[in-house]
Parts: sequence; structure tokens; C-alpha cells
Amino acid sequence: MLEFILERYNYWIFIVLMMTGLYIVISRGNLVKKIIGLNVFQTSVFIFYISIGKIAGGTAPILIGKGGGDHGGGHGDDHGSGHGDGHSAAEASAGHASDHANATTSLHDGHDANAALTSAGAHGEEHVSATADKILNNGHHVEAAANDLFSAPAEQSGFQVADAASEKIEAPHGYEGAHDAASSALGDVIYTNPLPHVLILTAIVVGVATTAVGLALAVRIREAYGTIEEDELETDDRIAEFGAGSEAAS
Amino acid sequence: MSLLSQLPVLPVVLPLVAAPLTILMPNGRAPWAWATLIAWITFGICLTLLIEVAANGVISYELGDWAPPVGIEYRIDLANAIVLALVSGIAAVVFPFAFESIKKEIDGRQLSNFYCALLVCFTGLLGVTITGDAFNVFVFLEISSLSTYAMIALGARADRRALTAAFNYLVMGTIGATFFVIGIGLLYQATGTLNIADLAERLSGQDNRMVQAGFAFILVGVGLKVAMFPMHLWLPDAYTYAPSAVSAFIAATATKVAVYVLVRFSYTVFGLDFAFMQQAFTFVLLPLGVIGMFAASIVAVFQEDVKRMLAYSSVGQIGYILLGLALGTQLGLSAALVHVVNHGLMKGALFMAVACVVYRLGSHQGGAFEGLARRMPFTAGAFIVAGLSLIGVPLTVGFISKWYLLNAAFEAGHAWAAFLIVASSFVAVIYVGRIVELMLLRPVPTEGPYAGEIKEAPLSMIVPLWILVAANIYFGLRIEFTGGLASKAAEVLTFGSGGAL
Repeated sequence: MLEFILERYNYWIFIVLMMTGLYIVISRGNLVKKIIGLNVFQTSVFIFYISIGKIAGGTAPILIGKGGGDHGGGHGDDHGSGHGDGHSAAEASAGHASDHANATTSLHDGHDANAALTSAGAHGEEHVSATADKILNNGHHVEAAANDLFSAPAEQSGFQVADAASEKIEAPHGYEGAHDAASSALGDVIYTNPLPHVLILTAIVVGVATTAVGLALAVRIREAYGTIEEDELETDDRIAEFGAGSEAAS
Repeated sequence: MSLLSQLPVLPVVLPLVAAPLTILMPNGRAPWAWATLIAWITFGICLTLLIEVAANGVISYELGDWAPPVGIEYRIDLANAIVLALVSGIAAVVFPFAFESIKKEIDGRQLSNFYCALLVCFTGLLGVTITGDAFNVFVFLEISSLSTYAMIALGARADRRALTAAFNYLVMGTIGATFFVIGIGLLYQATGTLNIADLAERLSGQDNRMVQAGFAFILVGVGLKVAMFPMHLWLPDAYTYAPSAVSAFIAATATKVAVYVLVRFSYTVFGLDFAFMQQAFTFVLLPLGVIGMFAASIVAVFQEDVKRMLAYSSVGQIGYILLGLALGTQLGLSAALVHVVNHGLMKGALFMAVACVVYRLGSHQGGAFEGLARRMPFTAGAFIVAGLSLIGVPLTVGFISKWYLLNAAFEAGHAWAAFLIVASSFVAVIYVGRIVELMLLRPVPTEGPYAGEIKEAPLSMIVPLWILVAANIYFGLRIEFTGGLASKAAEVLTFGSGGAL
């Protein structure tokens, strides 16, 4: 029982934060505190999303190179400026990490992993074939690296399989097999699923916008009423509508 | 790469790109004319899409050429084509109407900002409807909600309570949206996909605690946006204190789009063979719909403020839609879809009529309506026709809605629900009748704040108002448009979700 709880500590953090946030929103009369509660509430959801994308032992979804050192390094220089610092960093690390890997073996491994995926679950395989291209290019913001490394099929297939595995992390069927296959085939290179993180970046932007609008409204309310305490606002409105006597009556 | 093949993305891209441009324009006629033009073009596009979908079936558009389920897909079938046509149609009528009304009700320096917010809201509503990606729904929902909060707060010039109304709506709306995201997260965890069609495929047959929790979170989250009965508290204040044209626009579109999201998730994503949802429908949605129908309508009877009365009436009408939805049959769903469109038409017209009164008399209290039939005959006439439609008098769209709902209730074996639908219509007679009595039978006030010589509202307001009123009558006579299309849409939705045809 205790183990059951402890193993899922990330969900407990999520639940406790969420309830704390909701409680603040409901119980506090101060509008700014309400916004703070709303933020805590939203943050709990961010943590929830981020934690569901995590794979035990997985690294950040950047390309850990398997190709020649020159290759990775060269591209880091060529494309870093065009695609922002993050990409050049990713590619640079690709260059650094590339020493201890050999193109042919990882190509081989990639195929192994693919086969393992097929046996692990038809669903996973389907997903790999349907989306391999897009995964390679799209979700992970390593377009430049991926495109240029097309010439080196090792990276391509290795990357693809690891991603497919992480993509499938939540699927109840096929995941265990795919995950194991990928981890055994690629050794230490397991990627964390980046998609929930990308989603939550969007949600953070939405959260910031909501906070901004909410605080702006609080400022306007303060200008119009001279207070941001909810009960005082209600009293003010009642006085405005029914006259000063109504305050005592309520 | 013809323009035609890019048509499905235009309803979102066009207003989104047009919105920031309005900020660059000087305050005055320009931003309004620009917004109106965009609304008309978008309406044209949406009608084309509706005709196309009705003729050739589902349109799938791959955003940025990324194939679903990885890329975002815009997927238009009959159900969302109808809602698209409704939202853009209401915009095409309300935007031209807004000019005089908004000029009078908000600060002149904020005009171009206002039209920017209006277009962004428009984009968000269309985006929610058109997208086939679950997370995209959340993003667009928040785009439309955030701009709505801002627009409601602009009503503060007339009444500072608009600020607290907007703030409460912001808190409730954000909680709703966040619940929705939690639900999406749970579904993603269960399936590993966000594409709605893909989700439906992978969820079929799954009935574990996680999927059930996901459904519950989505139901509550969207329920807040829909203003489902016990979660409707934000709505009356928001509709009452928003600038009148904004009330007309969001009353006719925002909750309808949220209802569409509910339909899409319950019928397409989860499907009728999801036993947990059937239970939720029977034991939660159906009772809440019925209670909402009565509770909100009865509260509406006692409102002195006409806008607030219409707002409560909206909550009651949402009850009808939820009732149809919760029957879980094809007829029930088509009744719900018909009422989504019809309620949009009648509430739009009613709020626009109130906007005309506010324009001339500066108030939406019941007192301003005394003797209105003699002072502003066209406005009063429009209010009466739209009000009859709200009650459900034959020859109007309201009757069609009630007819479909009654049919569906009898067919589902809930004769008591049919009885309650009729009974609650009588409550509507009372609250509409009160205002009609004020307008027709009371003398024109000779003293007090509403006395004096009052002209009819300007033509730029009367014409759009009557276009909407005419639509109320036209679609009440030609039921093959709303009824026929909605039935077909319901057929597609229930068939896709494994329900009995």
C-alpha cells in the first residue's frame, strides 16, 4: 500500500497542488489571491503533464549522435544560427556524444528494435510506420539535425525507434515490450516523451495570458471600487443598487 | 494548391490575421468596416464548406501538411459545418449591427482594440468548432474566452459591475478549461494520441478508471463553459453587463460552441457504447438539464433587468439542449443540434432588440420597455417575434426545436420529459409575456428617466436585427435546412459511435 502511494508520488504532488489551488480560489475573498490560487491550480496540471511524459531513465529528447564526430560538429556550425540556440546545442551535443558509437552497429540495432516493436504490439508498429517521417521531422525540434543526417541512416532509424517507443509510453498495450526492446537495442539512449512538454508550453502561455488578463481586471476593479476584497465589492454593489440602508438589512 | 483546397483553414486564419491589423487602424469606422468585411467573407467560406460537406461528406485538412495523427487535422463533418455556419452567420449579422451600439457603449479610444478582441473571439469560436485535435480545442477555447473576458469588462463604462462579472467569468472559465486539459491529459495517457478520430479509435472498448476520470473531467470542464445548470453562475452577470452587441454575439455563439465540444467528445470520442457515459447521461446530464430548464426559467420570471432575464432564459434553454443530448439517441442528438442553431438565432435577435433599446434609452431595465411598441415599433416587433420563437410558437424556429425534442423524448420512452418540456415552455410564456405586456399595453412614460421623445433605432441596427428575425421565421418554415441537416449530422455522429440507427 505504502509502496503503491510512494511509487506514484508525482500524481500525489499533482493532486495536492490542484486541491490547494482550487481551495485558494474558492475560499479567498481577495481577487489577487484568487488569481494566485488559479495559478497554483494550473501549475499542478503542468506538473501532471510533464510527469506523464517522463520515462524512467529517459534523457531529454535531443539527438545523442551515433554518427561520425565531424558530421555532427559540422552541422552544429552550419545550422545553429538558423534554428536558434537550442538546436545548435542539440547538435553540438550530438557531435560530442558521437565518439562512442558506430554507425553500422546502431543501424543494425535500429532494425532490431523495429522488429521487437512489431512483436511487442501491432499497434506500435503501425504507429511507427505511419508517423515515422513526421516524428523524425516534426515533434522534436531537431529538424535541422534530422534532415542533414538523412545521409546517415543509423541516426535516422535509431532516433525514430526511440521516439516511437517514447510516443507509446502511455499505451497500456505494447508499451512495455516496445520500451524494453528500445532500451535493449539502443543501450543507454532512451528519450523522454517530449509531446506533453510541448503541449504544456502552450498551456503555460495560456496560463500567463489568463493571469495577465485577471490581474488587469483586478487593477480596473480597484480603480472603480477602491477595493479588491470580494465581500466589500458585493456590499458596494448592493449600496449602489438599493441605497445605504440595505447594508444593515443584509 | 488551389485556394479551394485551402478553404477549411481560412475560417480560422482569416480572422486571426485580420485581428491585429485592426489595432493599427484609427478609432472610428475603419476597424468596424474591416471586421464586418472579414465576418462576411468568413460566412461565405463557412457556407461553402457546409454545402461541400453536405454534398461530398467529411473534409479533412492537414495543417502544414503533417499527416494526422501526428499533425493537427481540421476535420469538418456535418455537425461542425452547421455550427460553423451558425457562428459565422451570427457574426455576419452582429458585426455590422455593432457599430452604433458599441460606439455609444464603450470608450471611443478603445474602438479598434474592441474590434480586435471581437475578431480574436470569432477566431477562437471557429477554431474550436473546426479542429480535429483535442488539445487544439483547449487552445482555441481559451483564445475565445480570453477575448470574451476583455470584451465583457469593456461594459464597465456603463456599469462597473461588468468588471466583477468579467473577473468571475475568468476564474470560472479558467477552472473549466483547466479541468478540460486534465481530462485531455488522462485520455492522452490512456491512448498516446490527441487526434479526435484517432482517440475514438483507440478508446473503443476501453472502460477503465482512467478513461472514466478523463470523461468526468471533460464533462465538468466543458459543462462550466456550456453553463450547465449548477455551473451557470458566471453567465447571468457576464451577459447582463457586457456591452449589448457583445451579449448578442456571445449569447448566440459561445455556449453553442461549448455544446458542440460536448457533443463531439461524448458522441465521437467516447461513443455510445461507453457504458460510463451512458450512466452519466442518465443520472447526471438528464436531471441537470431538466432542473436547469425549470430553475433558470423560474428565476428569469423574477428579473427586473431584461438582459438578465434573457441570460437566465439562456441557462434554461441550455437545459433543453442537454436534455436532447442526454437521451443518447439519434433523435435526441438531432433535437439538440437543431436547438443549438435555433437558440442561437432567437437569443441573438432578442439581445439585439435589447441593444436597440439600450441605444435609445440607455437602460436594459424593464421600465425602459414601457410603451415601447409606440416609440420603437420595429424594435418592439422584433422582440415580440423572437420572444414567440423562444416560447416555441408555431411558424418560428422555437416550435421546430420543441417538436424535435418532444419527438425524441417520446421515442426514448421518457414521456415525463416531454411533459416537462411543455410545462417549462409555459414558464417562458410568463417571462416573455411580462416584457411584451410592458411594450404593448403600458402607456409611454411621461416622467422619470425614460420619458421624452424617443426615435426608432438607426437603420444600421434595425436591418441586421430584422434579418435575424426573418431567419427565425424562415427556418421555422423551411425545416429541411436546420432539421434535415441536423438529422443527417446526428445520424453520422451516432452511427460513428456505435449507436443504434
